[in-house]
Amino acid sequence: MAYRLIGKDFLPPDLLAKITGRAKYSEDFRVEGMLHCKLLTSPLPHARVKRIDTAAALKMPGVVAVLTADEVPQDAGANPILTNEPTFVGAPILAVAAVDELTAAEAIERITIEFEALPFTFDPMDSLYPAGPNARSDGNVGAFGQALQTVKWEAADFAAAGEGKLPTGKTGESWQYGDLEGGFNQAKLVLDESFVTASVPHHALETRSALAYWQNGKCILHGSSQSHTFIIPQLAHYIGISPDNLVFVGEFCGGGFGSKGGAYPVMAIPAHLARKTGRPVMLRIARNEEYFLGSARHGFQGNLKLGFAADGRITALDLYLVQDNGGVLGFLDYRNAAEGVSINYQPQAMRWRGLPVFTNTPPCGPMRGPGRSQMAPIIEALLDQAARRLGLDRVAIRRINAPDSGAKYGAKGETMSSSHLGSALEDGAKSFGWEERLKNSGRRSGSKVTGVGVGLASHPAGMNGFDGLLRITLDGKLHVHTGVGNLGTYSYAATSRAAAEILNYAWDNVVIEHGDSRRGLPWNSVQAGSNTTFTESRTNYVAAMDARTKLLQIAAKDLGGVPEDYDLGEERVVHKSDPAKAMTFAQAAKRAIELGGVYSGAELPNDIHPITRTAVAAIAGTGLIGVAKDNLPKPQMVSAFCAAFVEVELDVETGQVTILDHLAVSDAGLVVHPQSLDTQIKGGSVLGIGLARFERRVYDPVLGLPANVGLTQAKPPSWLDVPLNSRAATTAGTEPQNPFGIKGVGEPPTGATAAAVVCAISDALGGHSFNRLPVSTDMILNALSNQPQAHRPLQVHTV
Amino acid sequence: MIFKDMMPGFDLFQPAQLQDALGLLDRFGKDGWKLAGGNDSLSWFKERAKRPKAVIDLSGIPGLVGVRETADGVEIGAMTTLSALESDPLITARYRVLAEAAGRVASPQIRNSGTIGGNLAQHARCWYYRSGLPCNRAGGNTCFAEGPDSINREHALFDSSRCLAVNPSDIAPALVALDAKLVLVSSKAERVVDTDAFFVGPKIDVTSLNCIRPEELLVAIRLPKDWAGAHFYFEKVADREVWDFPLVNVAAALVITNGVIERARIACGAVSAVPKRLRAVEDVVKGKPANAETAKLAGQAATRGARPLTYNGFKVPLMANLVMRALREAKA
Repeated sequence: MAYRLIGKDFLPPDLLAKITGRAKYSEDFRVEGMLHCKLLTSPLPHARVKRIDTAAALKMPGVVAVLTADEVPQDAGANPILTNEPTFVGAPILAVAAVDELTAAEAIERITIEFEALPFTFDPMDSLYPAGPNARSDGNVGAFGQALQTVKWEAADFAAAGEGKLPTGKTGESWQYGDLEGGFNQAKLVLDESFVTASVPHHALETRSALAYWQNGKCILHGSSQSHTFIIPQLAHYIGISPDNLVFVGEFCGGGFGSKGGAYPVMAIPAHLARKTGRPVMLRIARNEEYFLGSARHGFQGNLKLGFAADGRITALDLYLVQDNGGVLGFLDYRNAAEGVSINYQPQAMRWRGLPVFTNTPPCGPMRGPGRSQMAPIIEALLDQAARRLGLDRVAIRRINAPDSGAKYGAKGETMSSSHLGSALEDGAKSFGWEERLKNSGRRSGSKVTGVGVGLASHPAGMNGFDGLLRITLDGKLHVHTGVGNLGTYSYAATSRAAAEILNYAWDNVVIEHGDSRRGLPWNSVQAGSNTTFTESRTNYVAAMDARTKLLQIAAKDLGGVPEDYDLGEERVVHKSDPAKAMTFAQAAKRAIELGGVYSGAELPNDIHPITRTAVAAIAGTGLIGVAKDNLPKPQMVSAFCAAFVEVELDVETGQVTILDHLAVSDAGLVVHPQSLDTQIKGGSVLGIGLARFERRVYDPVLGLPANVGLTQAKPPSWLDVPLNSRAATTAGTEPQNPFGIKGVGEPPTGATAAAVVCAISDALGGHSFNRLPVSTDMILNALSNQPQAHRPLQVHTV
Repeated sequence: MIFKDMMPGFDLFQPAQLQDALGLLDRFGKDGWKLAGGNDSLSWFKERAKRPKAVIDLSGIPGLVGVRETADGVEIGAMTTLSALESDPLITARYRVLAEAAGRVASPQIRNSGTIGGNLAQHARCWYYRSGLPCNRAGGNTCFAEGPDSINREHALFDSSRCLAVNPSDIAPALVALDAKLVLVSSKAERVVDTDAFFVGPKIDVTSLNCIRPEELLVAIRLPKDWAGAHFYFEKVADREVWDFPLVNVAAALVITNGVIERARIACGAVSAVPKRLRAVEDVVKGKPANAETAKLAGQAATRGARPLTYNGFKVPLMANLVMRALREAKA
C-alpha cells in the first residue's frame, strides 16, 4: 500500500540544529550558580576502600562538597553509583563539587584513599579455575535478576580440554531441543571449534555528561540518553525519588550504540551532589572517562560444534558460551547469541549452555546486535568451512538453513513472524554478482589476493504494550508526543509520521513534542534493539485511531447522525454523503475541551501507564487528546535480518586488507524513511567492520591496567577504513504484525557485515579460519608467515 | 590513573622573535615546554603526566615556516605543517619520500596542525610510559613492557636497553633515508647534527628519543642535494588507514644508474627507539642490479638480530617484506 508520508524522505525537525551546531547537548547547558563536579576513580582493578581523607580537599577555596558511596543508594540488584569496592580500574569512588572544573580536579588530587588491594582477573577461565580469583567479593557469576554465585570448575575439566579447547565444566543455564546425539551421528560433516570474541568499547562520540538541579522538590536532569521515558523509573530509583518527581531533558544524543539505552548510574551523581549542595551541578565526562563509564560489548569464550548433512543442512548444533561480564552486571548477550543461532540456521537439534563470569574490566552492556553480532562472524566462518568441505556454494549453505516466515526457534519452539532472509540472500547474491565474483576468489595480482564473503545476522525488531499520545490544539495543529528518545537515527520523527498518516495531516502542520518530560511524554519503549520503528509506529497508530474515533464522535454530536456517517478529510471531519456537514480539526479541538472527559484528557483508559498519566495531566484541557495503549495483537516474535556481501583485497606481504565492495540487504519490513534506513544499514556495517578488524579491550594481566583507553588505541574504523561505495538495499517483504508492515533495521547489518568481512579474509587466505575476533593485521601476518599466533587460543583482553 | 583529562594550569608565552623564545628556554630550563602544533603536548597536559610551569608557543615566530631552496639543497622550517610538506612543490619534485611520509601521518586534521618539528620531537608512545607508570623512560627503574605477559605488540625488535619503546614517527625514517641535517639553536650557539646524532636510543638517553637540549630549539631540517631526485619508496603499515601509528614503516632512497644500485639509504620506523638505518641492507644491495632478486635478498638481510617479544613477532616478516618492497618498488 502506498502512503502519503510513510516511506517518503523528509527533513527531521532537529537536523538543521545538528548541522549548524545549535543543538544543545547536556554539556551545553548552564544554570545560575552551577557547580562542576569531577570523579575520583579507582586506580586498581579490584580493591576495598579502607579510609578516605578529604580534609585537605575540602579546605581548598572553591571546593563545596564531596560525595561518597555511603551517601548514595546502594542497591544489590543494580550497578553502583559510587562504590567502596571498585571492581575495575576507572570505577567511580567519590565525586567532588567545586566552583569550577579545574578546582574540582585539583581537589581530587588532594584526596588520599587507603585501598586494600583484592585479587583480580581479566580472564573468565582463570576465575572458573579451582581457587581462581573472583572479580567481585560477592561471587564470580551473575546476571540481572539472578542471585550472584560462585562457580568453580574442576581442574580435570581444564586438563581434559587441553590448551586449545574450551573446558566445558558445569553450567548455570542451558536449553536443548531435538535429538542432539542423533543429529551429530547422522551428520556427513562435524566441525568442533573453540573461539574467542573480543570485548569492544562503545565509545559513543558524546560522552555521558549530565547536569542536575532541584526545583520545588523535583529534580531536573539534563542527560545523554538514547531512550527518554523508558529510563525514568530506574533513573528516579538511582536518585532516590519517585518517577513523577524527575524531569528528564535530553533532546539530542551523540550516539550510544546501546550503551545509553537504559538508565545508567553515573547520571545520578550530579543529582545527588545538587541535593547535597543546594546548587546546580554539572558533571562533564571526559573522553578518557567515557572508556571506563561508557561500557562495552561482552566478549565470549565459546565452543561450537556443528553437524551438517551432505546438502549443508545443520542437523545438530551444540553451543557453549562463557560471557565476560566485566566488573558489574551487564547484558544477556550469551542468551541472545544462542537465540539468534537458533533463528538464523534452524538447526534440527540444538543445545545451548551459558555462563556469565565477572572480570575486573569496565562495565559491559548491550551493543548493536548484542550477542548476535559477535556470534555471527564465528559461526559464519565455520559455515564457510563446511561449504568448502562439502563442495557447496557459500550462499546456498546459508539459504538451505535460513528460516521462512512462521519458523520456530529456541527450546520452547516459539514462532517468529516474517522472514525474508531467503530473499535477502538471493537478491543480494544477484545484485552483488556473487557468481561472477566467486571467479575472483583467491586470484592473485602482485602481492594482492582477492577474497569474497557473505554473512548474515538477525535481531528481534519490535515490542508492544507501550502508550501513544497526541493532541490536536486550537490552532488545528497535531502535536505528536513521543517519549521514545532521540539517539540520532531520527526514528522518533519517522514514527511520529504514522499518526499524521492516519489523521490525514499535512506534515507541516505537525509538531513533535519530545526531549523534555515537561512537554508531556508518554510511556514508550527503550530506543534500542531495533525496536523503535515497529513499536512506536504502533503506539502512534493506536493514539491516532483513538483521536480519529473522537473526531468522528464530536462531528456526529455537533452536526448530527452517527460517527460512522463521517470521515476524515484534509484536516477536517466531513460527512460522507453531505460534504457541507464538516468541521475543521481546530473546531473539533475546541469542542473536545468543552466536552472534557476522554476528549480533553480529563479521563483516561484504565490500562494507561502511570508515566503517560503524568504526561496527560500536563496537557489535559489544551485540545483533543488521543491516547491509547498498544493492545494490537502480536502473538509472534518480530525479527529483522540482513545479508551482507563483501569483496576484499588482502596484501600477502603486509597483511593489509582493503574492502573493495560491500552490499548489505536488510529485511526490515516496509521502509519508513529511506534516507535514514540507508544510513542505518551503512552505519551498522561500519560498526561491523570495527568488530571484524580492529576493536578490542586490552589489559596487562600482571599490572591490572588497561592498555587502550583512548580512541587512537581503541581503533574504531575511520572513513578511510570503510568502503565509501557501500550499498544498502532492502527486501520487498513486509511485517504483518504492524499496521503499516514496518519492522526494525538497526542491529543486523553489524553482525552480517562483520561476518562477511571475516569470511572474505578467510577466503583470501584459502579458507584459513581464525576463530577469533577481531582478525587484526598481526594475526593475518602471523598466519601468512606460518608463525604461531602470539596469543594462547582462549586468551582474552590481549592485543 | 586516578584522575586525568583535565589540564593543570601553566603560564603561556607567545614570543614573536626567535631570540625571545630562546631567552625563555634559558629562563625556564626543564620547567619550560615548547609548543608546536600541540598534538602531542596537549595530550600530555590533559593526562596530567607533564606539568610545565611555562609553555612557549612557537607559532608566532617568523621564519620557522616554509620550504626554501639553498645552495646545498632545501631547508624546511621546523614549524612547517605536515600538510604543507605533503604538497610542497620542491619536496614532491625532489624528495618525494618525505612528502609521502608526511601524507601518511595520523589524520588530515592532525597533519593540518601538526608540524615536522613536532613530529620529530614527539615522545615515545609506549602505553606503559604514557600511563604515567614509573618506568625507566619516565625516570624510574623498570621496563613494564618486557615481561612474558606484557602487552608489547607495538614495541621494539632491536637495540632495546632498559626500554622497549619505539620511535613512532613516520617522518623520521624518511629523513634518515635522505641523510637530513637538523639545525638546533640556543641563545648561545647553533649546531647542525645528522640523523644518527639527532635520534637517540636508550643506551645514550633512556628519557628522550632525540638529542634536543632543554635550552635548544629545532628550527630547521636541511635536505642535502646528494639524494635529490633519487629512486624513493615509503610505506607505512598500521591497523587503520588514518589516525594510527606505524606497526612498521620503511623509507628508502636509491641511486640507480643503468639498472644498478649505486648507493642506498634505507630505514625502518617503529622497530627500535631510533628510526633504524639498515646499513647491512645498504651494503648488500650496493652494486647489485635493481631487481626482484636483490629485493628479496634485502628483505632477508633486514631483520637479522631482531629479538621479538611476546606479541610483536609479526613485525619480523612485516619488516622483511617492507624492505623487500622498498627495493622492488622504488621509483624515480
